[in-house]
Amino acid sequence: MGSSAEWGLVIAVFAASVVEVVEALTIVLAMGMTRSWRSALAGTGAALIALVGFTAAAGYALANWLPESAMQLSIGTLLLIFGLQWLRKAVLRSSGRKALHDEAEEFAEQTEAARHAGQRRRFGLDWFSFVVSFKGVFLEGVEVVFIVITFGLSAGNMPVAAAGAAIAAVLVVIFGALAHGPLTRVPENTLKYGVGLLLATFGTFWAIEGLGILSPHGESLEWPGSDFALIALLAGWYLLSRVLVKALRRPTSAPATPSQPTHGTASLPAYTATEEA
Amino acid sequence: MSFLKGFGQFWYDFIIGDDWKIAVAVVVVLTAGAIAVATGGTESALLVPLLAVGLGAAFTTALLIDTRKT
Repeated sequence: MGSSAEWGLVIAVFAASVVEVVEALTIVLAMGMTRSWRSALAGTGAALIALVGFTAAAGYALANWLPESAMQLSIGTLLLIFGLQWLRKAVLRSSGRKALHDEAEEFAEQTEAARHAGQRRRFGLDWFSFVVSFKGVFLEGVEVVFIVITFGLSAGNMPVAAAGAAIAAVLVVIFGALAHGPLTRVPENTLKYGVGLLLATFGTFWAIEGLGILSPHGESLEWPGSDFALIALLAGWYLLSRVLVKALRRPTSAPATPSQPTHGTASLPAYTATEEA
Repeated sequence: MSFLKGFGQFWYDFIIGDDWKIAVAVVVVLTAGAIAVATGGTESALLVPLLAVGLGAAFTTALLIDTRKT
């Protein structure tokens, strides 16, 4: 694998992981700042330990028990569902039918819920902070694990894929610590759109290949053009999403001013300031 | 019991997420593909791109159902 391909792999996993880690960080920060840092960090630590166990068990099962086509079908189907969920949100946001994801708003909702939750204590910990932090970190972490497995196996370089996710986690935590709050400047909507396209592309490719497990010889189905089909799939999902954005677009009542904040608008032309506001 | 409920809720949130129609759309198309592969009724070179188009159509349908009400 050439260095440019390795960089591409790192960037893809990094972008996908940043989105997940930012969401997990927002939950932990909300619990820590409003209730108990000790309990929130204990929940985070427990989730990380559970994630290591889950990754080891899933990795062992994938490597030893499942034939290649069964692994492609199971992981591909999960990725396809994740990717299309993200793509659905991106299309609805771009067409003005859903509010753009705002990490500050998410943080406010979490802190509000934390303030109104009861004061139940278990094992010397504030149980609400512990459980919410645990669930947030574990849920987002499992998605990162699947993303690393898929991109790592597709590129035949698991260590580089894992490194991309690790760099994302470390950087997000460092920036979160420096900011003392949720990372609202991360262009999450744009990243989610891009990552949704990638996940839908790889998910489609793998899930359909994996259907070969049901064929008489049990081997993966072949895509016309082999791996080049990934490019056609990416283009297909992108075009479909743009057509849907255009078809579902709602006319905006008032034009936005150019000086409005535009976080999340980095590279996709359809994410206009009007849609961000 | 509450552990089992929480465990089930976690996996529901993880797999189904915000919109169950997306998961249903994916499962319907892949099930149709699985039947076609298992019965050996269709050439792989034709079936594979056909299923990809089917996934696009299913995604579009799920989104249109979603937006019809709004």
